Amino acid sequence: MADIKFYLPLFIALPLSGAFLVSLLGKKFKVFSYAVTVGVCALMTFISLSVYFGEPMLGVVTYKMSGWPLPYGIVFVVDALGLLVLTMINTVAFIVALYSIPYVKRYTASWKYYTLYLLMVAGMNGVAATGDIFNLFVFLEIASIASYGLVAFGVEAEELEASFKYMVLGTLGSLLFLLAIGFIYALTGTLNLADISQKLPLIDAMPKNFIIILLIVGLGIKAALVPFHSWLPDAYSSAPAPISAMFSGVLIKTHGVYALVRILFNVFGLTQMTSGIFMFLGSASMLIGVLLALYQWDFKRLLAYHSISQIGYAILGIGLGTPLGVLGGLFHLVNHAIFKSLLFLNAGAVEYETGTRDLSKMGGLREQMPVTANTSLIASMSIAGIPPFNGFWSKLIIIMAAVQANQYLWATVAVISSILTLASFLKVQKYAFSGHSHGMFEKIKEVPFAMMAAMIIFAFLCLLTSLPVVRERLIIPAVNALLDGRYGEKVLAADKK
Amino acid sequence: MIYLLTLVLFCTGLYAVLVKKNLIKIIIGISIMEYAINLFFVLIGYKHGGVFPIISKSDIISKPYTLNPELTMVDPLPQALILTAIVIGLATTALLAAIAVRLYEKTGTFDITKMRKLHG
Repeated sequence: MADIKFYLPLFIALPLSGAFLVSLLGKKFKVFSYAVTVGVCALMTFISLSVYFGEPMLGVVTYKMSGWPLPYGIVFVVDALGLLVLTMINTVAFIVALYSIPYVKRYTASWKYYTLYLLMVAGMNGVAATGDIFNLFVFLEIASIASYGLVAFGVEAEELEASFKYMVLGTLGSLLFLLAIGFIYALTGTLNLADISQKLPLIDAMPKNFIIILLIVGLGIKAALVPFHSWLPDAYSSAPAPISAMFSGVLIKTHGVYALVRILFNVFGLTQMTSGIFMFLGSASMLIGVLLALYQWDFKRLLAYHSISQIGYAILGIGLGTPLGVLGGLFHLVNHAIFKSLLFLNAGAVEYETGTRDLSKMGGLREQMPVTANTSLIASMSIAGIPPFNGFWSKLIIIMAAVQANQYLWATVAVISSILTLASFLKVQKYAFSGHSHGMFEKIKEVPFAMMAAMIIFAFLCLLTSLPVVRERLIIPAVNALLDGRYGEKVLAADKK
Repeated sequence: MIYLLTLVLFCTGLYAVLVKKNLIKIIIGISIMEYAINLFFVLIGYKHGGVFPIISKSDIISKPYTLNPELTMVDPLPQALILTAIVIGLATTALLAAIAVRLYEKTGTFDITKMRKLHG
């Protein structure tokens, strides 16, 4: 518990210095670039997980930079929610980095890939750890700019077009967020999240609602909620598969959902209006995402539309505002990070061996690629909500919470979306892995060991996170941290210690 | 009143992004939006007739306006923030321009209606 305080800056310093070293030396020493990336991510995963094996984390830990006291200085703040997000980011980053080693070999200049990858991880860790709203913007932009570059990594016309589209919309989202920061600073005269939360109750409702709308639109573009989702399917299907896994697994969650929820719940306080908008956007994303996914034949595009849909579940759960709903929402975020990353890695493995993403051209891959087929079966069952895999429990909690909160309409939408998700993944299993092969892929074999290992770890995590102990140790403290109305007081008190 | 002008500037940029078909014009539109927000930030810190926010020991004795710095001095924090935002904007614009150039090499056009490989 006391330890995390000293390790907190490492979450930003390690990947940043790793990116620097890789860009300096990676061109000459190929091994160095991925050894550093995997090593840095493994170390950060170890640090964040080791906190959970100690005493349960209840309070707030702050790290002051250059010793300035709180309303003036810049702090890193981590509470149970921040720690959960940090753990999620670094675990997924570590496993995906492992997968990247063989996958990225087919690109020239793979060291550039690892540099951008580490920069993206540094930006996401910064978003999760910072206690200052402008710092949050800066880290958001670090990760965003690295991710724009990664989408365009293949430099074909398709990738460049997707990257351009993503960049225009992403920049618009960032600018609206910056505008919201401007309004917040004009009203409260401070940039520290804890201090803002102390001063906001004195402000009128009208400008506050305006800022909330700006934040929801700005960060909603980053989270790809439904009216703002158009960049996502292009960017995901064009990016290299490990990057799609990182995007879907953690990037849109830290950028969109975590930043939005942290500011709107802990700083502004949940209002009726925010809750209503969250539930509406969540349900719309859920239903429209899955409907658009149903008729896709591009494997990664189909998964991309499902990302929109599953983020909708999390937003609906969190938007309910009840402890059970928030529990379901955060639990679903963690589960989605695991099974959707696994599915994108599966899609990447299939593309790596067969060279196609078109489901109608695949078939009978189960015989040649048993590991990929079986792990994708586990992931499909998780996302479709079949017990005992993790997706079932989180969807069940969200639907139960919606019924308890008397939101029957949204609960029905959630159930319908879940059934459609199942239908859509039956299609994936049927066309890609079972059935007869068309004779084109007789000679293919299973993917290299590192890619197999990454997929197997994720498949294990799918089962592991459905254990109740995970819920008790990881998720429930985060729920308490999110619903605690005294975020600002706690941070200011922790700073005085 | 002057705040409304930044809003007009922002909407000009937004119009360019939404309506224009040329990649370069879209990039210019994004830059215009950035400048509008930068101007907005600077206006937050601006005070009419304010002085620069530096206090030295001799000033405290000779110039009485330093007694109430929050009333007479310009707020320096938004300017510091905007320096950061400008640097970020530079990175974004450079990357956008680089990708636009690569797209031109691949497709031979800057017109977005002619490069519809994706349809999301």
